[in-house]
Amino acid sequence: MKVLTHKELAPSIFELTLQGELVSEMKQPGQFVQVKTTEGAEPLLRRPISISSYNSSEKQFTMIYRAEGKGTTLLSQRKQAEAVDILGPLGNGFPVHEAKEGETALLVGGGIGVPPLYQLSQMLVANGVRVIHVLGFQTKSAIFYEKEFSELGDTHIATVDGSYGTKGFVTTVIDKLEQEFATIFSCGPTPMLKALEAGYGEKRLYLSLEERMGCGIGACFACVCHTGDDPTGFSYKKVCSDGPVFRAGEVIL
Amino acid sequence: MSRLSVELPGLHLKNPVMPASGCFGFGREYSQFFNLDILGAIMIKATTPEPRFGNPTPRVAETSSGMLNAIGLQNPGLEKVISEELAWLGGYDVPIIANVAGSQITDYVKVASDISKVPNVKALELNISCPNVKEGGIAFGTVPEVAKEVTKAVKEVSSVPVYVKLSPNVSNIVEMAKAVEEGGADGLTMINTLVGMRLDLKTGKPILSNRTGGLSGPAIKPVALRMIYEVSQQVSIPIIGMGGIATAEDVIEFFYAGASAVAVGTANFVDPFVCPTIIEELPKLLDELGFDHISECTGRSWKQNEAVTNYRP
Repeated sequence: MKVLTHKELAPSIFELTLQGELVSEMKQPGQFVQVKTTEGAEPLLRRPISISSYNSSEKQFTMIYRAEGKGTTLLSQRKQAEAVDILGPLGNGFPVHEAKEGETALLVGGGIGVPPLYQLSQMLVANGVRVIHVLGFQTKSAIFYEKEFSELGDTHIATVDGSYGTKGFVTTVIDKLEQEFATIFSCGPTPMLKALEAGYGEKRLYLSLEERMGCGIGACFACVCHTGDDPTGFSYKKVCSDGPVFRAGEVIL
Repeated sequence: MSRLSVELPGLHLKNPVMPASGCFGFGREYSQFFNLDILGAIMIKATTPEPRFGNPTPRVAETSSGMLNAIGLQNPGLEKVISEELAWLGGYDVPIIANVAGSQITDYVKVASDISKVPNVKALELNISCPNVKEGGIAFGTVPEVAKEVTKAVKEVSSVPVYVKLSPNVSNIVEMAKAVEEGGADGLTMINTLVGMRLDLKTGKPILSNRTGGLSGPAIKPVALRMIYEVSQQVSIPIIGMGGIATAEDVIEFFYAGASAVAVGTANFVDPFVCPTIIEELPKLLDELGFDHISECTGRSWKQNEAVTNYRP
């Protein structure tokens, strides 16, 4: 696919918009793509990166990623009009229709888990669902897309160091909210997902998981987790091809 | 396609390219990308008598031009592999090589006996080289006498030819190869992964929950080539070569070293279309190199080379 725009939103956080035919296959917010960050064997494996938004008619999609290791750093150097090797869309995303027209949905994102909530929020709003966003970041400079989310619904920011918004974690904010939402969609680090599961497991809670992946298509068995109904047995789900989004309790975090 | 066809014990391969065990599941995922019929064969994921969940995550870690894995032989167990996976693969016109694993000799005998009776299973691959399980696996593949005993026991009960998968984690690979040949192996597959490790810079601890894992990918190709080169000159049974193959050029190199067919492993994770791509490119490469048939390439690194324009009817 071809690079349309590529810019740094916050230190080491990049927004990359690509154009190509495979956008027509994107059906759900929360799916991801596997990105080959360089030609050749170094680094060898693709990088799983979530889709933050897509536009089928324009054949464009955007992903937001953190340039941290060798692969994503190489990716961050791709310039406009250059080609990027993309495999996808992969996995099962958020069940948008679980939140009904007139209802309120809470969208909870942590750090680099925030991006896939953007497409989700747009689709929920289009369906007549009221959205509330609670987004957590380490510090003020790491915040991105606050304006974009604010245009779609109430947006609360938490920072761990208190440099912006509420000091603390996303749960610090949620605990103080009026509990008028029936559905929660979330994506972020595992401790955050665990906290949500512990505190809000009685709601319709959907979690997008992160795990080290090999292939991204379900063949290598690298990203396997136990299931909630058989926590120590042989049944399993693969984060890449059965997820990455699961209903809370479906898998063991 | 006949210039790519290869005849090996139990196997009539339309081409010498097959996905390696553990890198292709039981084929279902890749069937979304291409028709499995085009493959020479499929080496299915290792099967044990009972289901196995495998190791905790993280199960993979990346390395320079390669990766470490410590999946831990996760599989649904013999019964389900036969009733579900092999039954599903029966819908394809492709020979299956079943990878047989276990913790003790009786496990290998049980799996081999049952799975070799399934009609589309045309050969077994005896996995005595998995580095990621606490019992069995590599323990059978590092002592020549033990390897020979397992091979013998499996040969006695198998209804199809038996290929033994050799571990590179030994001091003398030729000795291992000769031992399993004496045990009655019909062929060899080599190499399995090399035991390795990576550490987390922040915690100082191993990245893999299993601590160590098996190194695969282009990083191990030179090791595989060297071992096949050594072994193929010392045994009279054929070798299916593997270890970092990602291109048609790699395939020819493995043939030169002494392989008669090849398996593609880690490259499937990087590019799901890698096997079809290699199969398509091989005839062109044979043309460029002046070979009529791929079998002419086997062992050229050590054979007295004949003219490359050999006529072959």
